[in-house]
Amino acid sequence: MTSLAISVKDLSKKYDSGYAVSHANFEVPLGTICGFVGPNGAGKTTTIRMLLGLITPTGGTGEVLQQSITEPEKYLSQVGAMIEGPAFYPALTGEENLRVLATLGGFPLERVSQLIETVGLAGRGGSKYKTYSLGMKQRLGIAAALLPEPKILILDEPTNGLDPEGIQEVRDLLKKLASQGTTVFVSSHLLSELEIISEYIVMLRKGEVVFSGTMNELLHRQQPFIAVKTENPEDLQKIIDIAHAAGHDASIRSEVAYIEADRDWAGILNKQAFEAGILLTQLSPQLPNLEETFFEMTGGQS
Amino acid sequence: MMRVVAAEWRKLRRPTLFLGTIGAALFFTGLTTVFLYLMIDSEQGNSDRGRQVGREVLQLASGSVYGFASVGGLLGIIALCVFAAQTAQEYTYGTLRNLLVRQPGRVKLLFGKLIAMKIFAVILILVAAIVSVGISVALSDRAKVATDLWFTSDGYIEIGKTLLNVSISVIYFGIIGMVLGLLLRSPISAISIGVLWILIIENLLGAVKPVFLEWMPGSQLTTISQGGSPDISYSHALILGTSYVFIGALIAAVLFSRRDVAN
Repeated sequence: MTSLAISVKDLSKKYDSGYAVSHANFEVPLGTICGFVGPNGAGKTTTIRMLLGLITPTGGTGEVLQQSITEPEKYLSQVGAMIEGPAFYPALTGEENLRVLATLGGFPLERVSQLIETVGLAGRGGSKYKTYSLGMKQRLGIAAALLPEPKILILDEPTNGLDPEGIQEVRDLLKKLASQGTTVFVSSHLLSELEIISEYIVMLRKGEVVFSGTMNELLHRQQPFIAVKTENPEDLQKIIDIAHAAGHDASIRSEVAYIEADRDWAGILNKQAFEAGILLTQLSPQLPNLEETFFEMTGGQS
Repeated sequence: MMRVVAAEWRKLRRPTLFLGTIGAALFFTGLTTVFLYLMIDSEQGNSDRGRQVGREVLQLASGSVYGFASVGGLLGIIALCVFAAQTAQEYTYGTLRNLLVRQPGRVKLLFGKLIAMKIFAVILILVAAIVSVGISVALSDRAKVATDLWFTSDGYIEIGKTLLNVSISVIYFGIIGMVLGLLLRSPISAISIGVLWILIIENLLGAVKPVFLEWMPGSQLTTISQGGSPDISYSHALILGTSYVFIGALIAAVLFSRRDVAN
């Protein structure tokens, strides 16, 4: 039995205007939460649509649950998806919208009320979809994706329009699903959220995969740095001079000196600062976070 | 396939759509049938385009369903609008992607939707037929129309034939609506182009040169519902109408099964 939920090789989609996705290669292991990131227009949604059989690739191959993406009927009964935000019939109630999809997919109708409760829409399931707020629509979209008790959950921007409490709930829900063995493939602009929940990351830029692997691998590929604060802000320049003398790049931003150096050098810096009569109030070796890494690797916006 | 039919039916049965459409059908059927009997002696005529339909016609075995057959074209236009809207809205609401994730068999999805809409159309036709025959019976005395032949075996055969012809016509109109919905992917465009063509363009072309009507799709489908007309034979209308619908449906089905779903 394979340990891969998703695997694509040289997957491409070319339009007259050029490649939307170009020779993408990545793998997503089963049972993990995988963040799917890239600037607007990077090809995330096109990739997701190809994985769901909505768009035909112009090149390459892909597999979901060991089945080729050219035969989506073989795996989609085990996949839940919300693509480019929720889309439902405005004149039907939230529950009735879910019943349409449950009937179509052959899922038990009893799941509808359970899921309405799971996503925090209890009491509003009987209201027409057109009366829902953006956050409620998003929750209904997540409920629809959960209808098949999916082995893989593919979510495109699931936290759009949610308040902080809603974002926290979605985060907890995704973690819970992953702990139960569901693979979650999620794209989001909220990189800090993805950093908290994702074990894997696939990063796209201009249709090309610029990174795929574990979050740790990604963050350790970037230059670590040491953030330094001094009791007297005027001493920051002396810290920069010490760093430059040791061959490290350094700069001052918002009364903090950032020195590109491994954590091991922090001890040496501490000793030299003490000898120079500088009192340090902060000395913290750090790795860049996902957002900084994202900007570094894509040169774009999330 | 049955799951697709059942899912589509959930959308079709919502009260505003179901009762609204049945209401519109009843309105047109009732109005046409009432005019047929109450204006039987009017010099302005009692049927479409000022035609005079006399007692000798209404007293035939087919008289009970004459009003119903006359309204077949209008029922067809209602079906065209419903089928077009139900199909095209999947694109405008973005719901097609949800449907295809749950039912990736595109042809199966399309045929399931079509079967559900056919069931809807048949209900519409049956209700309209019952109301039209009921009004005909109720007004026959007042209009001095003898009903002796209406409920004989010949009369029942005529009722059956008319029901079949109107059903074929209405479902064909619906399929044209569905084809327009699939091709144009917008309910407003599909409905406006369909209705504009059938109600205005075909009539304008027919006014300029009546022979055009022998080849226009809307005319063929209306003629099918009436079981033939003085200008177009039933067999000609059935063969040509079926050809138009078959070719249109084939093109739409091929496009639907191959086209990327990008909205």
